[in-house]
Amino acid sequence: MENKKYLNDLSEIREMMNRSSRFISLSGLAGVFAGIYAIIGAVLANILLSNHGSLYVSGDSSLNVDAEDPALQSSLTVIAVVVLVLAVATAILLTTRKAKKNNQKIWDNTSKRLVINFFAPLTAGGLFCLVLLQYELVGLIAPAMLLFYGMALINASKYTFNDLRSLGYANVMLGLIATQFIDYGLYFWALGFGVFHIIYGGVMYNKYERKKA
Amino acid sequence: MKNIISNINKAFDHRIRLGIMSILMVNEFADFTTLKELLGATDGNIASHTKALEKQNYIKVEKSFINRKPNTRYLATDTGRKAFQEHLDALEKLLNSGKNINNS
Repeated sequence: MENKKYLNDLSEIREMMNRSSRFISLSGLAGVFAGIYAIIGAVLANILLSNHGSLYVSGDSSLNVDAEDPALQSSLTVIAVVVLVLAVATAILLTTRKAKKNNQKIWDNTSKRLVINFFAPLTAGGLFCLVLLQYELVGLIAPAMLLFYGMALINASKYTFNDLRSLGYANVMLGLIATQFIDYGLYFWALGFGVFHIIYGGVMYNKYERKKA
Repeated sequence: MKNIISNINKAFDHRIRLGIMSILMVNEFADFTTLKELLGATDGNIASHTKALEKQNYIKVEKSFINRKPNTRYLATDTGRKAFQEHLDALEKLLNSGKNINNS
């Protein structure tokens, strides 16, 4: 009899500790969408690049790329920005919907902490990638993006689902491996931002969302 | 067995007080509204339970003004953290011993 009460106490304690310190409405489905956008973006970039016969897809070493084609660079930038905006917008939309279902506020202490701890390393990484572009070390941009994104995920995982950490470590490792295969940067990028996201999102959706829906 | 029960802390023997302590254990601080929303309790409810915990010296109250609005934030004291940890250990032991009795 007493035991039941204490068991209830324990589950209550666990729930309060989690609910007050972690943002648990992060949508897994949004990860799947982000992965799909990333793959579409990578395919488009690949088509553009192979038409120009340069950069990642060519056989010769592309750590330093001279004779940048400004038109190519701007269209690649447009692809990258569109992928990013679509992924973030989808994440916000689906996460808001999930938060409503959970009766959680979308913008509270937990989500604020999550956003700050995710974007702090990511912003540093983004600026670093711009520096790489500045010195025309284009080949290192894809590995650097994977590395910094992975570290941002590891950092953010303390403030949301722990599972996010595995995705972070996977991306960090992939980023390190990618440094040794500079010519295949785009493929590594598609694997990390595309395939990994889809796998992670699918797992999360199955684990936390489907049974409640 | 007596020993185990004596470690069960009567100060935490209520859902709201348990909740307040749980929240303050994993957060640097929490303000009044946050506690209220997380625990789904009324103003009076939270006020009386925080007062009880404060009297035991388990939590600390800091009152300040944010944008000229009064803001009350609560922090767990070292005494409170220690007491709560002991309470958790006692709960765990109690449940484990219960399991053993049922099994044998």
